[in-house]
Amino acid sequence: METREPASHLERILRAGKFAVTSEVGPPKNAEASVIHKKAKPLRDVSDAANITDNQTAIVRMSSIAAATMAIQDGFEPVIQVTCRDRNRISIQSDLLGAYALGVRNVLCLTGDHMRWGNHPEARKVYDLDSINLIGMVRAMDAGKFQNGEEIKPAPRFFVGGVENPFAPPYEFRPFRLKKKMEAGAQFIQTQMIFNVERFKEFMKVVVDLGLHEKMYILAGVGPLKSPGMARYMRDSVAGMEVSAKWVERMEKTPKEKWKDEGMNVCVEIINEMREIPGIAGVHIMSIEWEEAVPTIVERAGLLPRPKASELATPQPVAVAA
Amino acid sequence: MKWFEFGPIAWARDYLNTHPRAEKFLDVIGLPAEAVIKKTLFGCQSCGQCLLHENGYTCPMRCPKTSRNGPCGGVRANGHCEVYPERWCVWYRAYNRSKSLPMPQSWREDMYRVHPPVNWELINTSSLLNELTGRAHGVKATKPEEKKKEAAPKPAAKA
Repeated sequence: METREPASHLERILRAGKFAVTSEVGPPKNAEASVIHKKAKPLRDVSDAANITDNQTAIVRMSSIAAATMAIQDGFEPVIQVTCRDRNRISIQSDLLGAYALGVRNVLCLTGDHMRWGNHPEARKVYDLDSINLIGMVRAMDAGKFQNGEEIKPAPRFFVGGVENPFAPPYEFRPFRLKKKMEAGAQFIQTQMIFNVERFKEFMKVVVDLGLHEKMYILAGVGPLKSPGMARYMRDSVAGMEVSAKWVERMEKTPKEKWKDEGMNVCVEIINEMREIPGIAGVHIMSIEWEEAVPTIVERAGLLPRPKASELATPQPVAVAA
Repeated sequence: MKWFEFGPIAWARDYLNTHPRAEKFLDVIGLPAEAVIKKTLFGCQSCGQCLLHENGYTCPMRCPKTSRNGPCGGVRANGHCEVYPERWCVWYRAYNRSKSLPMPQSWREDMYRVHPPVNWELINTSSLLNELTGRAHGVKATKPEEKKKEAAPKPAAKA
């Protein structure tokens, strides 16, 4: 039986059985390094790691690996997002070797938003791999093999994650797609932002029946609402998102000066519901361009203080999926 | 064991793998015929490694993200595509068709296994021929000289 040390702080926390908290930082649409330092600062002490997005919604931004390097300089662990939209398998593997050399240990594999709704709709798409093949490729690199089978020595060691959206049809197929990700080698999963707890519970029931939560750590995606307008927009216009009527009504009943406070309360309530669901190993807080909300949410949810690396006992070695 | 490893089919496969000119000749005839039929019926994109039968007769290469392993997270609530809201999501249709259309059980189950990434070397070649020669499953064509070289040392080793 093969054993391995945790590749990252996030993996160490999850293996120790602690409820993990990850957050998200969007790199700026310019070359200003101070933006990353400023955004990462409120998140550092309240979350275990932060996702650094890779040109999300197909809008050109600073490279996720460059921004992740800056987060590491601030003593903060990044999770780099890698999308298949802009790079083929050669380029992705080369970038990952570089990212590892710069200290990146967590990789989140996504297919990536299509450029049609981004700011360069005339760009050529790549999509050489899809997210499941990408997870397989990164895990193969972790095991010392390039995608073509050639050996990497020494091999980069990553904690590899994927994403899943339980709120997009065909709903019955979603848990089985998650199973495919498990078979490809995903070690953790972050879900789409949850505003429909009932649907998510149904999804998790099938996931637990399939036994996927024992092979991967599933982090529930949550986020604060800023205004009733944002809730309605997410309900009506964002593909693959569902917002329950009760949250929209609640935001609409709130006076304008209390919108942000109420939005954070909604997020805290959803986090508390997530902690009751079997198979959930943590939460991923997506505060879209509103990083200041995260410390308040984590504090109100009673998830402080976050465990320090020195506090965690050396975890027992566990078997690794082939 | 794959269907193409039996009797005369296996012989034809070996013949084609050792005779690249015969194979090329078949490719010239086979590709347009296959392309016309599959393009008309299924909107084939000529990837050379057909997944139609495993996907409820729906071509996954028509997906704007060419996703061969399942629907992306952006499928709209009505089952339409995130990128082109007027079109159906390829995978939404594939999932429903694989449940309703007549096909062997093994094809339905194939939807639930992980498919390897597209081999772009096979793009614009005949998928049927690739299936027959085994190239769709990673078999590399061997030239006749190489085959002779491989066969030669074997008797020597026995002696």
